[in-house]
Amino acid sequence: MSEQPFIDDINVGFELPALVKRPTPRQLVQYAGASGDFYEIHYDKDFAITQGLPGVIIHGALKSAWIAQVVTDWMGAEGSLQSFSVRYRDMDVPGDTLTCSAKVVEKDEAARTVRCEIAMTNGAGSVTTTGEAVVALPTH
Amino acid sequence: MTTPSIITSAMQAAVGKVGERQTAAIERGAVLRFAEAIGDANPAYPDIAPPTFLRSLGRAVPDLPDADSVPRALDGGSEWIYGTPVHTGDTVEIATTLDSIKEREGKMGAMLIAEYVTQYVNQHGETVATQRNTVIRMGVPA
Repeated sequence: MSEQPFIDDINVGFELPALVKRPTPRQLVQYAGASGDFYEIHYDKDFAITQGLPGVIIHGALKSAWIAQVVTDWMGAEGSLQSFSVRYRDMDVPGDTLTCSAKVVEKDEAARTVRCEIAMTNGAGSVTTTGEAVVALPTH
Repeated sequence: MTTPSIITSAMQAAVGKVGERQTAAIERGAVLRFAEAIGDANPAYPDIAPPTFLRSLGRAVPDLPDADSVPRALDGGSEWIYGTPVHTGDTVEIATTLDSIKEREGKMGAMLIAEYVTQYVNQHGETVATQRNTVIRMGVPA
């Protein structure tokens, strides 16, 4: 965990530490169990192919957990996530390396919040998932 | 001549309907297993739940009539607004409304875009989260 960030020190343009994930088929099964999402396209390759997919794909909701995590990892115990959104632009597959990056695009001094834009980039360098988050931070 | 709409009048009539209300207990083991599955070692878990944990509680979406005409469903994305944090030991009531449906022409033909709004309220009557979820539905590929 990083040190507690304070609203006073964070400005527009600030880049949050990136979050790197290397999901495996095992993790997709683990997530299916923990989330209760047993749609076969996430663990049954033959079924996925019948659905016109190249193979098993990562749950959108699992990607959304990472889009949130890049922010919650950074905001510290005193930060609070007020809202976040996620949009799926393309599918992702296990075995790839996914990097979530986020930067501050707006700061509301009165509300003590920052708005961050978040992007997930696959190993080939294309953005597959985007998101936004509003986080409240403490003052010094 | 316009293309016939994939939105039937029965579908349109379902807008505003609420699915069956459900109640879920926030269990420590379930929160831990979820945090482990997403690979998030945040020390705040499992005292509080990760932001997307609520989704694992399931939800009863109101029926979409004539859904057989667009059997393929894809998750298009979500927007979450958070209130009071979700603590282990809480009891959360879940209710999902079909907020809107529209139609769009995509690469693979006509798509139905359904927006669902799910409200999560704890045992103190406080809203812990509101989720707006977009579901994209399509016909089976030819």
